[in-house]
Amino acid sequence: MTVEKNISIYICSGCEIGESIDMEALAGIVVKESGIFTCKVHPALCSIQGTEMIRNDISTHSPNAIAICACSPRVKVDVFSFGDRMITERINLRELVAWCQPKWNEDTLMMAADYLRMGLAKIRNSSSPTPYLPEEVNSDLLVVGAGITGITAALEAAKAGYRVILVEKEKEPGGWARKLYRQLPLSHPFLVPEKPVIFQKIDELRSQEKISLLTSAEITGISGQPGMFQVEVNTDSEKLQLKAGAIVAATGWKPYNAAKLTEYNYGIYRNVITNLELEQMAATGHIERPSDGKKVSSIVFIQCAGSRDEKHLPWCSNYCCPTTFKQAAYIREQNKDASVFIIYNDIRMPGVYELFYKKVQEDDGIFITKGSFRSITEKNGILIVTVDQTFLGDRINIETDIVVLATGMEPSGTDCLNLQYRQGKGLPDLKYGFPDSHFICFPYETRRTGIYAAGPVRAPMDIASSMEDACGATLKAIQCIEAVKNGRAVHPRSGDLSYPELYLERCTDCKRCTEECPFGMYDETPKGTPLPNPSRCRRCGIFLGSCPERIINFADYNINCISSMIKAVEIPDEFEEKPRVLIFACENDAYPALDMTGLKRLNYSPYIRIIPVRCIGSVNRIWVSDALSHGFDGILMLGCKPGDDYQCHFIKGSELTETRTENFQETLQTMMLEPERIRIEFVEINDYEKIPQIIDDYIETINEIGANPFKGM
Amino acid sequence: MNPKTILVIGGGISGITTAVEAAETGYDVVLIEKLPYLGGRVVKMKEYFPKLCPPYCGLEINFRRIRQNPGIRVLTSAAVTKISGSIGNFTVNIHTGPELINDNCTACGECAKVCNAERSNEYNYFMDSTKAVYLPHEMAFPYRYTIDSEACSLCGKCKEVCKYEAIDLSRKASETEITAGAIVIATGWEHYNAKKIDNLGFGKYTDIITNVMFERMIADNGPTLGKIVRPSDGKEPENVVFVQCAGSRDEKHLPWCSAVCCTATLKHAMKIRKRIPGSKVHIFYIDLRVSGRNEDFLKKAESDENIRLIKGKAGSIEKDKTSGLLTVTAENVITGRIIKQQADLVVLATGMMPVNPLPVIIPGDPFGYIDRSRLPEGIIAVSNTVRPMDVSSSLKDATAAALRAIQSIHSS
Repeated sequence: MTVEKNISIYICSGCEIGESIDMEALAGIVVKESGIFTCKVHPALCSIQGTEMIRNDISTHSPNAIAICACSPRVKVDVFSFGDRMITERINLRELVAWCQPKWNEDTLMMAADYLRMGLAKIRNSSSPTPYLPEEVNSDLLVVGAGITGITAALEAAKAGYRVILVEKEKEPGGWARKLYRQLPLSHPFLVPEKPVIFQKIDELRSQEKISLLTSAEITGISGQPGMFQVEVNTDSEKLQLKAGAIVAATGWKPYNAAKLTEYNYGIYRNVITNLELEQMAATGHIERPSDGKKVSSIVFIQCAGSRDEKHLPWCSNYCCPTTFKQAAYIREQNKDASVFIIYNDIRMPGVYELFYKKVQEDDGIFITKGSFRSITEKNGILIVTVDQTFLGDRINIETDIVVLATGMEPSGTDCLNLQYRQGKGLPDLKYGFPDSHFICFPYETRRTGIYAAGPVRAPMDIASSMEDACGATLKAIQCIEAVKNGRAVHPRSGDLSYPELYLERCTDCKRCTEECPFGMYDETPKGTPLPNPSRCRRCGIFLGSCPERIINFADYNINCISSMIKAVEIPDEFEEKPRVLIFACENDAYPALDMTGLKRLNYSPYIRIIPVRCIGSVNRIWVSDALSHGFDGILMLGCKPGDDYQCHFIKGSELTETRTENFQETLQTMMLEPERIRIEFVEINDYEKIPQIIDDYIETINEIGANPFKGM
Repeated sequence: MNPKTILVIGGGISGITTAVEAAETGYDVVLIEKLPYLGGRVVKMKEYFPKLCPPYCGLEINFRRIRQNPGIRVLTSAAVTKISGSIGNFTVNIHTGPELINDNCTACGECAKVCNAERSNEYNYFMDSTKAVYLPHEMAFPYRYTIDSEACSLCGKCKEVCKYEAIDLSRKASETEITAGAIVIATGWEHYNAKKIDNLGFGKYTDIITNVMFERMIADNGPTLGKIVRPSDGKEPENVVFVQCAGSRDEKHLPWCSAVCCTATLKHAMKIRKRIPGSKVHIFYIDLRVSGRNEDFLKKAESDENIRLIKGKAGSIEKDKTSGLLTVTAENVITGRIIKQQADLVVLATGMMPVNPLPVIIPGDPFGYIDRSRLPEGIIAVSNTVRPMDVSSSLKDATAAALRAIQSIHSS
């Protein structure tokens, strides 16, 4: 419900706005149409005098909403903040009008007046959100997987003062790290492989009272939402019902299945082993030929065995090169007579590992060559490895006791979380089974709010990286708990206090919202009615675009408020030859780009009217039909790039918009309108130079097809 | 200012990330940056590998997070002059400015119209110039003009035209003291000075540029407005050579691998191929270090027959006096053959080195990388101050640093 608004309007004439638009005329139109009496023009609204004038008015007239008609809402945010309870609508007359339109022109004034009408309509049809504050928020972390990543996460969370439930499926904690003989150097000068740090971490774990470790444990179900997860765990002896506020998924990795590496005759020749088998052998203190127990005096390492290979693992596992060098170093240390051959595609020792590589290279007993692997045969118990295109010649045969295949890492997946979510048990993946995220800018964002993947389940990484990753994911988990306590959204709309409100009486159980939410916000009754979990919500509003009944809304961003903005635009009649095009612009990328178009003083058609949307995926069909029946001649949607390299901050928004094109076209067909009346363009935030062209091209198309026949009806 | 405050030194993408992540967990943060704007190195980048998406996109979100969070205080044009105290109670002295333009600035741009002085533009790696009063770039944060006090002639015209009392040419630098419970060092990296690599001719021949310069060249707001050209004559190049490990993995220069240059070069190579259809790109490398899932990106580059990848370190670059073309000499280590590749543009893939301008002795290695294990409690070093890393790795490290800072405050 929206309450009656007592609105004050402030128009800034600074920054060329006053030179571009007839201020008196604009104020006159607004006062006349809206009946609002407090409408003031100021030469610099952002100045101390300007804001003081507003504050004085607030204390004397007590408005509950104000319209600031000045610069973009992206600037002077702190200057124009008048407290949480004051609805403050920023109407962008600078970047979107004065800076991109001809000065003192009839069309420019019409544009400014429309933006004011739209802003006032928005104020009248929205309200200040009241945050969703759960009665009880649990502050404990659930960490799934007690390998080096999970143990680090648990210890770090405990150090920050949080209690942790650490669940491990094996009998003992430690994961793969505890099976190692040595690990890569963790600190300067990065020259000597170290004893695995895991044992020290396990000791710390056992003495840390904030951590409850459950071993031989399996998660049979996780339901609920951030701040209120219910976790069912089965151990050998009991079934537990636990609560957690947020989750770190450190489910780890598995070595690539060497049985698939038939080209290396793994499984046929016993002396062909994997890097992990060598490691475990080294841990026993005896590096021997598996076939006869004879001490090994020659070793060939084959890098990228089953990695960087479309037939096996297409990616690079990052850890195999450093691991081979570590193993070569300790083999030579144990046996000065052993000869080591390393065959590689590229030596990948990034960063300071280069120093360790240099050191190993200096050892005369270790020969390193690029080469293209050909075959392995066995003769009289000796393996013969044939390699092409090496530094030693185009084809060489190397005789050796054993061959070590440097096999890569595969993510273990997250289905073991057993999420009792409508959209599935695990974290949705992007490619190759790694959880989907904005892995460059916001590496911890998964598509399940409050659940953060860490370690090799997220991307191939070594121990040092996994430990860092654990820390980062733990911070995000803690942050999520704190946000839920205050009813605030987490990334990317962090701090947003709105949350979806459903009017279920009108729900038809069509399931679109439950299927389409990129973050799996909704569960479902057996009948298909959505069961919302507000603290899973990322506030993108994609449900607005999904719901045909339009029964899900935010207090401050909803079907009505956008519809009313559309209807507030004054449409000139057909004979005036002033078409109108409505632009829905993604507020994260297209809108800032439009601002920068203004900053650059680039001009574009005066016939457009822009409505920023939280995500292009939140555009509902009704807005399209509202616009067309109101007399808009066309609709241009500016969203972010979809696809594998998507740029949509809400992951699926742009993609959904593409798939909904059919629905939009159906609307056009029902109205007997041309398909060109809707166009979707994907732009980037720095496409500000291209935007005028995109807009003007579309206006040209609209001019070609002519006026919307609904105009004036 | 309270002792629970976290001080983040360095307003690049790592420092920004640490600051917003800590602030959104409920802590007060002071973020200080030596330049007049935030964003560090990434704000100068056209796009990130492997998604080829603009850094502005993530920065827009982060800037919004800063703008709306009252827990974050940003100080630009600021440097730390002294750190004393210990975990839970550091006293930090900060030298700010002089910032001749204040927050009243609306970025209307009238000042730059009347300014007669020019400055070499740091944002574009000094490849072009701006007025002495300038907006650092289109999405500058803070969104305001700034005056290069060294270039400014103090003529006062800008002050005359400014309607918002934003300019004060007599403003002096100021000293402030803040108390913080934890300090995060996120001072980042700078590229290796290519002039030091004698054999590669940078500084001697104008058509030899570095990878960071090339990145600006492909940006719409760069010195060539996004056109890939030879600096000497402004023509589009046909043959471009990339020299990998220019000064990296080299005892005489940087002994380490910077971990990003290979993938960055692939990005650049594909950009050239897309923008200049008839072009050929030749990449001389020691190893192609393209980590993890970026392998797909390498495959994409390899699938273009006009991107040649040659395993061999470039030894020298010479210029033919008559044709003006450059010749890069390298040995193909697989075939053993000496290759002489002609090029009209050469890009040196220079590496990264840590930047540590702090007034205190920070324990590190001989190269300047900070040794975390030897830092005093409550001081946390992050991302490229610790080891070379790409944006994605830096940000996970920066997020982890926020947790470490919070732990420091809890334990003290």
